[in-house]
Amino acid sequence: MNYLSAIGSYCIMVWEVFKKPTKWRIMKSLILKEIDELIFGSLGIIIFISFFIGGVVAIQTALNITNPIIPRTLIGFATRQSVILEFAPTFTSIIMAGKVGSYITSSIGTMRVTEQIDALEVMGVNSLNYLVFPKIVALLLYPFAIAIAMYVGILGGWIAGVFGGFSTSADFTQGLQMDFIPFHITYSFIKTLLFSFIIATIPSFHGYYMKGGALEVGKASTTSFVWTSVVIIITNYILTQLLLG
Amino acid sequence: MIEVNNIEKSFGDAHILKGFSTCFDKGKTNLIIGQSGSGKTVFLKCLLGLFSPEKGNISYDGKTYANLSGDEQRDLRQEMGMVFQGSALFDSMTVSGNVMFPLEMFTKQNKSEMQDRVDTVLKRVNLIDAHHKYPSEISGGMQKRVAIARAIVMNPKYLFCDEPNSGLDPKTAIIIDNLIQEITKEYDITTVINTHDMNSVMEIGEKILFLKNGLKEWEGTNKEIFKTDNAAVTDFVYSSELFKKVRQMYIEERN
Repeated sequence: MNYLSAIGSYCIMVWEVFKKPTKWRIMKSLILKEIDELIFGSLGIIIFISFFIGGVVAIQTALNITNPIIPRTLIGFATRQSVILEFAPTFTSIIMAGKVGSYITSSIGTMRVTEQIDALEVMGVNSLNYLVFPKIVALLLYPFAIAIAMYVGILGGWIAGVFGGFSTSADFTQGLQMDFIPFHITYSFIKTLLFSFIIATIPSFHGYYMKGGALEVGKASTTSFVWTSVVIIITNYILTQLLLG
Repeated sequence: MIEVNNIEKSFGDAHILKGFSTCFDKGKTNLIIGQSGSGKTVFLKCLLGLFSPEKGNISYDGKTYANLSGDEQRDLRQEMGMVFQGSALFDSMTVSGNVMFPLEMFTKQNKSEMQDRVDTVLKRVNLIDAHHKYPSEISGGMQKRVAIARAIVMNPKYLFCDEPNSGLDPKTAIIIDNLIQEITKEYDITTVINTHDMNSVMEIGEKILFLKNGLKEWEGTNKEIFKTDNAAVTDFVYSSELFKKVRQMYIEERN
């Protein structure tokens, strides 16, 4: 019953976010600030993780090819498929649920604890629109970050494969181009867009409706990470079934 | 003027406000006092429109809040200023940014007009030199003054303060009290203060409402509170030896 109530509250919150918009002059600066914080502030960790994940996928694939009949081009192929379909969009989103999600929950939760949200409401400001809408808009740029993650992941695979002596550059490149289905990129970006909405709204929900003090802000951040990850994984399964099944 | 008619508010089984009426006059500092759990904060939040009472109504200069449309309620809220217990300043903004915030949100003034207004209210609360500082860089008393500046920057008709002296030293508390009273007179505002501070009651309580268990136990002025025989009021207000002596001296002086 509590879960149903929370889902209902979440839906009401999302509806309220889009009501009574804040002045564009103010909203514009809020959106730019959130883009800087949520997107540019995360590029470093996204690039770092993607590079090494791509490298590990290439090495693991190479080490598991024991049959000489299987061509070495499979390393590039497997790296591309793994990175584009899962590692860049889903794995990175789980990391983002931790990094960005915790930031969103703790910043909104602290505003709740220190009555800053009450101050906004008393002034007649739609606090949900003011606080959550800029994050949703900023995270619309998240697919660009994931595009970078895909590129860097494949680059990491190429470097690990070629310089690790597992594959030649030509084999790896041929594998990358082999049986390429452009819809996989579309599928990946559709997933990413939905994940970005989840990453913006679920942590906001946990921060906005939290009760208590500093300790509860920490607990809310942890809970929000767990739930954001769970929802991302379930959404990933459903979307994969719907779009590729 | 704010008129409260037979207001009731519950949360689940907890009946917090049990039906009472009162009014708060324009140009006066009206104080709400009472023990913790007496319903002061809930009452203040009802006055602010943050909680809707289940029974009764609240009128602001003849406009009954419950009868207003959503837009009219929002317009009315823009005529209210609020000083929160913990100041509730926006951490990410400077003092100047905090005070300018309501102007940016609700007026069509250009930057220089807004800055002029911000400078005027910051001068009024003696904080013009701190305009570039962040809330974390100033003292608790200064934060309260910034909160007051933010609350009055839109020329509100109604000013609400939730324990404006909490966490302040006695001297700063008196400065804040006097500032609120001066602003109330200067701008002809209806000011309602929720307080535990008996100094405030004695100094600026032009009207005092004493709540007990969600009901109005007593109301009067700071002069009348010295004379009252209401056991609940005397027990609460004169709980310290100092205030007992002050009351005794007042009564002896009058006799």
